[in-house]
Amino acid sequence: MINVTIELNGEKVAHAIEPRESLADFVRERCGLTATHLGCEHGACGACTLLVDGEPTRACLMLAAMCDGRSVATLEGLRQDPAVEVLRRHFHQSHAVQCGFCTPGMLISARDILRRFRAPDERTIRHELSGQICRCTGYAGIVKAILAAGQELAGAKK
Amino acid sequence: MKPAPFDYVRPIDVAAASAALAQDRITTAAIAGGQSLLPMLNLRVALIDLLVDIGRIEELEAVGETADTLHLGALTTHAAIEDGKVPDPFNGLLRRVAGQISYRAVRNHGTLGGSLALADPAADWPGCLMAVGAKVRIGGRNDTRTEPVADFIRDAYSTSLEAGELILGFELPRPQAKLRWGFAKVARKSGAFADSIAFVVAHGKAGPATAVLAAAASRPCVMSAVADEVKTGSVSEERLRATIATELAAKVPDADGYQRRLHTATLLRAIREMERQ
Repeated sequence: MINVTIELNGEKVAHAIEPRESLADFVRERCGLTATHLGCEHGACGACTLLVDGEPTRACLMLAAMCDGRSVATLEGLRQDPAVEVLRRHFHQSHAVQCGFCTPGMLISARDILRRFRAPDERTIRHELSGQICRCTGYAGIVKAILAAGQELAGAKK
Repeated sequence: MKPAPFDYVRPIDVAAASAALAQDRITTAAIAGGQSLLPMLNLRVALIDLLVDIGRIEELEAVGETADTLHLGALTTHAAIEDGKVPDPFNGLLRRVAGQISYRAVRNHGTLGGSLALADPAADWPGCLMAVGAKVRIGGRNDTRTEPVADFIRDAYSTSLEAGELILGFELPRPQAKLRWGFAKVARKSGAFADSIAFVVAHGKAGPATAVLAAAASRPCVMSAVADEVKTGSVSEERLRATIATELAAKVPDADGYQRRLHTATLLRAIREMERQ
C-alpha cells in the first residue's frame, strides 16, 4: 500500500491505496464521486474523462498513485463552472442526453473544446469529440448543444 | 479490466530510476504518461512487477534550442507540441503530427519518449523523427549515448534500450532550408492506430528529401527511391506509382493488394502536399 494525497475538487483527500488503483476507481469507490463513469476501462470510450491539473484525462488510464500531489476535478467539482453551466443548459435544450452514461465525459470534453477553440464549427467539434463514444448514437444533439454553447460563450466574451 | 498487482516507485532522478529499472529477477517498466502502457496493463497483455514512474524527473522535461539542434525532453507531451508550447523549426510538421495522435485526453499525457520506447509499428513519432533525421539521447547506468532513431528502433516493440536505460530526450537537427513536408495518414476512425502513415520532407526547393512509410512493416521504412524521385522536382504520377510499387515490393513484401493501394495513396498524398509548399 502507498499513501497518496490528491486535491480533489478543491479539497485534499489522503488514502493508503494499492498502486494498481486507477484514478477512476479512486474517485468513484474511495471518494464516492460517481459522476465519473467507467465504460471500457482501456481508454477507448471516454466516459471516465475528468480533469488532472486542469487538463482532460482518461481516469482509467491514470493511476491514482501518479496523481499524488496533483489536483483533480470531476464533474461534481464543476457545478459552478460558467462554461459547464452554459453547456448543461444547451445539452438540455438540444436533447443531448439520452441514457446519460456518456454525458459527464461529454461535458468535460466539450468544456475543453470551448476553452481551446472560440466558437468552433461543427467539423472541429466532431473531430475533437471523436474520443467520446455515445452508445445511444445521440451525437447530433450533442454536437448541436456544443455548437450553440460555443456561440453563446463567444458572444459573451466580446 | 483491472491490472494485476504491481509495486510502484517514483524516483526523483535518472540515476534512481535507472537503478530501479535494472533490478534482477523482476519485470520492470518505466511509465511516463502511461497512455499505452496502462491499457496494456488493464488488458493484462503486459505483466509488470515494478512500475517506475519517471513522470516527474525534471531532467527529462528539458526543452532547448541551439543554432543547429532542437532538444526535446522525453516527457514532452503530444499536446505541448500540438499547442506550439515547444519550438517547431520544421515548418509546422511536428504540430500537425501531434494533433492527429489519438484523442486530446490522451495527448495531454502521452509523451514523445513513451512513443519511441514502445516502438509500436503504427505509431506516428518513430516515422516522423526518422524523416527529420532525429537522434535519441539515452541515459542510465552506463554513459549517456546518442543514436539515430532509425537505428534505435529495431523491430516491432523492440528498441536498443538495455536494462536500466531510459530515453532522456531527442536531438532534432534544424532543417538546412525551409522544410517542405507532406504527412498523410489513414486510420479506420479518427484517433485509432493507423493502417498507413507517410512522411515526405524536403529541405528547400533543391535540397535533400526523405520519405518514410510507417504502419506498413514491423518498423518504419525509409523509401529512398521515392525520395530520389521527389528531389528531382515535379514527377508524373505514373512514374511515381511505378517507383512506389517497386520499392513497396522490396520493403513491404507481405502487403496484400489493399495494403499496397493504401500505402501508395498515403505516399502520393504526402508527396503532393509537400509539393504545394
